[in-house]
Amino acid sequence: MTQSAPTSPIVAASRFPDGPLPPRAGAGLKTEHIDAILADDYRIGFLEVHAENYMGDGGPPHRGLEAIRAEFPLSVHGVGLSIGSESGINPDHLERLARVVERYEPAMVSEHLAWSSHDAGYFNDLLPVPYNDQTLNRVVAHIGQIQDRLKRPILLENPSTYVAFEQTTMSETDFIREIAQKSGCGLLLDVNNVFVSATNHGWKPLHYLRDFPLELVEEIHLAGHAEDTDDEGDPLLIDAHDRPVSDAVWKLYEIVISQAGALPTLVEWDNDVPEWPVLRREARLADAILARLGPTSLLGSRHAAE
Amino acid sequence: MPRSDTSTAGEQHYFGAALLNPDLPLPEGIVGPHGKKAQKRFAVYRNNVTVSLVNALADIFPAVQRLVCEGFFRDMARFYVAKEPPVSAVIFEYGGGFATFLEDFEPLSRYPYLADVARMEKAWLAAFHAADAPPLPPDTLAAIPAEQLADTRFTPHPATRIIRSRFAAVSIFSASREQRPLDGIRPAIAEDGLITRPFDAVEVRQLPPGAASFLSALIAGKTFGEAAGLTMTGYPDFDLPAAISAMLEAGAFSDCFAGQPTTEQTP
Repeated sequence: MTQSAPTSPIVAASRFPDGPLPPRAGAGLKTEHIDAILADDYRIGFLEVHAENYMGDGGPPHRGLEAIRAEFPLSVHGVGLSIGSESGINPDHLERLARVVERYEPAMVSEHLAWSSHDAGYFNDLLPVPYNDQTLNRVVAHIGQIQDRLKRPILLENPSTYVAFEQTTMSETDFIREIAQKSGCGLLLDVNNVFVSATNHGWKPLHYLRDFPLELVEEIHLAGHAEDTDDEGDPLLIDAHDRPVSDAVWKLYEIVISQAGALPTLVEWDNDVPEWPVLRREARLADAILARLGPTSLLGSRHAAE
Repeated sequence: MPRSDTSTAGEQHYFGAALLNPDLPLPEGIVGPHGKKAQKRFAVYRNNVTVSLVNALADIFPAVQRLVCEGFFRDMARFYVAKEPPVSAVIFEYGGGFATFLEDFEPLSRYPYLADVARMEKAWLAAFHAADAPPLPPDTLAAIPAEQLADTRFTPHPATRIIRSRFAAVSIFSASREQRPLDGIRPAIAEDGLITRPFDAVEVRQLPPGAASFLSALIAGKTFGEAAGLTMTGYPDFDLPAAISAMLEAGAFSDCFAGQPTTEQTP
């Protein structure tokens, strides 16, 4: 058929419900929660998965995610692309990510400002990079490569870090802003990471937020952290994702929402994962803050205007 | 101030080496803020890497962990992690060399069956994540005229794996996964296992003598006649009808083609 009556192309194109992530609370998807989420009267705003868990060809993981994706908006969050890697983006891994994205048509794709792979192997952790021109150019090139392959912009997440580098020449916020400007990527603001890194490096979280390009933020992450001490006996916070969001992080989150407006907000809980109602309680806390502060925010009209 | 460009070349190489070897000094340039030390700070990364990879191995090899006890497994897994970190960020693919590592691990030399139990666990996980395909319907095979059966070739289901062990690896794997005692299992009796996933659940079967040889020949692309002939030579008591019903019930194949000459070599 070469000529046809105008119809909505969206209806024909997608296997799944279309649309952006709503400016509501979402949850990191755990296999053991799928039945409870589908049966729950509380409809979570969206779900987010780690891309690597769905890089198998088939099997039960895909059955579970298909059931979720049929009913909820989805965000795909990569943990293994190693965007800061000196040895480049692994083309095979990028292809596997592209397959997950094609398969599930997520509303959002995000990755970390970190590295995890080198010649020696994959370290299964998000490792830090020095903030300087050399790293900046490398990260911008890698994000370009990813966005070209996925044919869409991605979001880059600010890291939680424990060490600093002598080779660093610029602030984390300047570094991230410049990456976004040069690569065209959006930003994922992890408020827990802000608090963890600020504590660990002696920054003021509010100064970090003041300097962070909030206008480029399209998603928020919240999670719990553990407390340890550094060599001098001062607090050293660990981005553990194993407990509820701390009060200090909730307060920072309220400040972010009152400035940036309501944004899709993910509650992450990856270790010692509780029953679904515990995670749902965290999501409802985020929903309440979004409903209370989102509409009166300084940048609040920007999403409605889009 | 930034150091020269050459000083940062290969930084991550040293960072990575120091992650896996706590005896190495901190990588150059790694500091704490405001002149603070970085020893405990860097140890957070060392701990994250090791613990997360040990956890991954415990998830992939639960039967081995149960057999050697958790504490021993975790101590041993640390050695393996340092020796063979993952090559892929897809963590369920980790541990390909773990069975061989167990074979060579001196403290376990009295338990030579553990390596094959580990091979069963890797095969189980590969089957779990394998591509989806419907199993061969018994009617499809039944519809092939008797005179064409000998020339029939079979397409292996993507999940199908065969493990041949000099030990009772299938019985030990199953008992450990089901948290049953090993009472009555004689470890030195050889066993062959068939791992399949006809629909969503992975299935593990112990194969009767000769069946592994027969199924492996079919998987390798031999015709039904060739596979049966090869197997009969090695196993005169081979029960062909029993092997056929086992392979159909297990969903080991997804398709079959009668009388078509193939030039392609099936992997």
